Amino acid sequence: MASHSESIIREPLITGKNITYAQITNEVLLPVENKPNKAWWIGFVVASLGALLWVVSISLTFWYGLGEWGLNKTVGWAWDITGFVWWVGIGHAGTLISAVLLLFRQNWRNSINRSAEAMTIFAVICAATYIVAHMGRPWLAYFTLPLPNQYVLWVNWNSALMMDVFAISTYFSVSLVFWYTGLLPDIATIRDRAVPGLRRRIYSILSFGWSGSVKTWQRFETVSLILAGISTPLVLSVHTIVSFDFATSLEPGWHTTIFPPYFVAGAIFSGFAMVQTLLLVTRKVLGLENYITMFHIESMNKIITLTGSIVGVAYLTEFFIAWYSGVEYEQYAFINRATGPYWWAYWSMMSCNVISPQLFWFKKLRTSIPFSWALSIVVNIGMWFERFVIIVTSLHRDYIPSSWVMFYPSWVDVGVFIGSIGLFFTMFLLFIRFLPSVAMAEVKLLLKSSSEQAKKKLIDHGHLDAEQVADYKDALKKYDSVDLADYETIK
Amino acid sequence: MSSTKFILGHFDDPDDMMHGIEKLQKNSIPIYDVYSPMPIHGIEAKLGIKDSRLGYAAFCFGCLGASVIFSIVYYTLVHDWPMNIGGKPNFPMPVFVPFTFEWTILWTAFGMVFTFFAATHLFPGRAPRVMDLRATDDRFIIAVDAKGNIPHEDITNLLKEAGAVEIKHNERKYVSYE
Repeated sequence: MASHSESIIREPLITGKNITYAQITNEVLLPVENKPNKAWWIGFVVASLGALLWVVSISLTFWYGLGEWGLNKTVGWAWDITGFVWWVGIGHAGTLISAVLLLFRQNWRNSINRSAEAMTIFAVICAATYIVAHMGRPWLAYFTLPLPNQYVLWVNWNSALMMDVFAISTYFSVSLVFWYTGLLPDIATIRDRAVPGLRRRIYSILSFGWSGSVKTWQRFETVSLILAGISTPLVLSVHTIVSFDFATSLEPGWHTTIFPPYFVAGAIFSGFAMVQTLLLVTRKVLGLENYITMFHIESMNKIITLTGSIVGVAYLTEFFIAWYSGVEYEQYAFINRATGPYWWAYWSMMSCNVISPQLFWFKKLRTSIPFSWALSIVVNIGMWFERFVIIVTSLHRDYIPSSWVMFYPSWVDVGVFIGSIGLFFTMFLLFIRFLPSVAMAEVKLLLKSSSEQAKKKLIDHGHLDAEQVADYKDALKKYDSVDLADYETIK
Repeated sequence: MSSTKFILGHFDDPDDMMHGIEKLQKNSIPIYDVYSPMPIHGIEAKLGIKDSRLGYAAFCFGCLGASVIFSIVYYTLVHDWPMNIGGKPNFPMPVFVPFTFEWTILWTAFGMVFTFFAATHLFPGRAPRVMDLRATDDRFIIAVDAKGNIPHEDITNLLKEAGAVEIKHNERKYVSYE
């Protein structure tokens, strides 16, 4: 039943007084049904200028080839693969929120899953552009597919790069299907509220004729659950396979079996940081404070602390194993990381990824919005450095000291990277303009059980354990969207 | 004879609507369908709707995907052009794992979702079969076919008693989408 009442110990997932189903629709669709505000336009102009830089840099790369980048004979992989792994990692949080948290019945995912999944798709698009660009001859990208050809040769299935092709393409298409299927009921809401005309016709086509009948919803829920069930191992496999690119090589610093779990933890870590970066701003600009509450922010910060700590343990394990292995090349690779010419990159990574998330042990800091936002940026910088450290510092001093070099990015390298961030934000801003940024149907589901008003009714009704009510009132203090004055009269 | 085709009971609360379903069933009034802006748990049992069989479809598509990619990799890597890579075996099982795994998931996802679309008649451009525009917004709607022998006032009264906020007597089945 929809009105099954939830324990008072659980914190509310929707705040605000007298929220109705209609109000949820109105508030979520506000940016979709109205002309965008100034903040959106400013963001959009800045982001599309970034995207323009990406177009210019990628065009130069395609026109003149990879010589436009700062790569040299020794360092053959640098900013491009760093950017690729960084973006794929960011994408992981969306699937984690939509799939893993669904399997664990974490209802707080309901108001953030839609935008997090959108983020996944845009991040994977950004990642894929690096792969295609790095091919040098992107029009030959189909060479990675096992197609019959005049050389009578097949692709090399033994290569981790081939596994990447399968993993990334599956990940992207399954995420897209998952996201779009979830969007259908919400697109139908926009369609049914639109006035007749072109707008309604477009949303009508996009809604696939969704009606919201019992059978449709029943099948929809089955599909969501099974997609979540298969996306969970998928998301873990994707970064595992990305880490094979390094782990299956014989390069000191790369050839380690810890890479798969370590990469997956890092991916979730950076992904949640990016979700925070986006949502803390989105909730403010779109006025979604009642749906994306302090509980959501705090929960995500806790995940950041957990995954940051796993990543920290992985860094230390790598170091220990390098020493313990007794392989002098491996030992040198790690000494060189921490004390060599790229020491600054290594220590930026260490302080951003390992030390800074530990500050979230303080409740005051993890429930502070400005601090959470700033730290999410720090984590993303740290995770970029992690990939840079793994890739460039392992390569730049190889087995032959005469070929030891430093890597200097060209402006095209920087342009592709900054530009991909612009591309990402352009797509995200278009998304919040044209599609509902919160899964309305799923949030409506929580209104009668997990909202502040439902819990208030329970308290007003009495018969609750006084200690639990006191705990609940205490928990409400951190919320920026709860009017505490309402609770003063309750003992 | 009135020209009413469908009687729609609008509820603003899912529990009231469940109550309405019970009332109609107690009075042996067949329910045509129920439309809601969100999934309602437990309604399938009440309306006697069987469990979805999409899970079986998903499993079959997964098996198919696994077989297809395993065959492709086996044919190209082991049968058609076995490569000698450092004297390693020509039939390296670990190599098969990532590919088989990814395509199992890919085929499961696409096979199941397209089965869902086909079974529910969802496709881009389909004219929406919507009885009331608020069913996707904030109303929980029970639709009763008005062609039966039950007097329309009785249906209306039952729905009202259950807590319906609005009763509509529609002369057309679906809202027209031009």
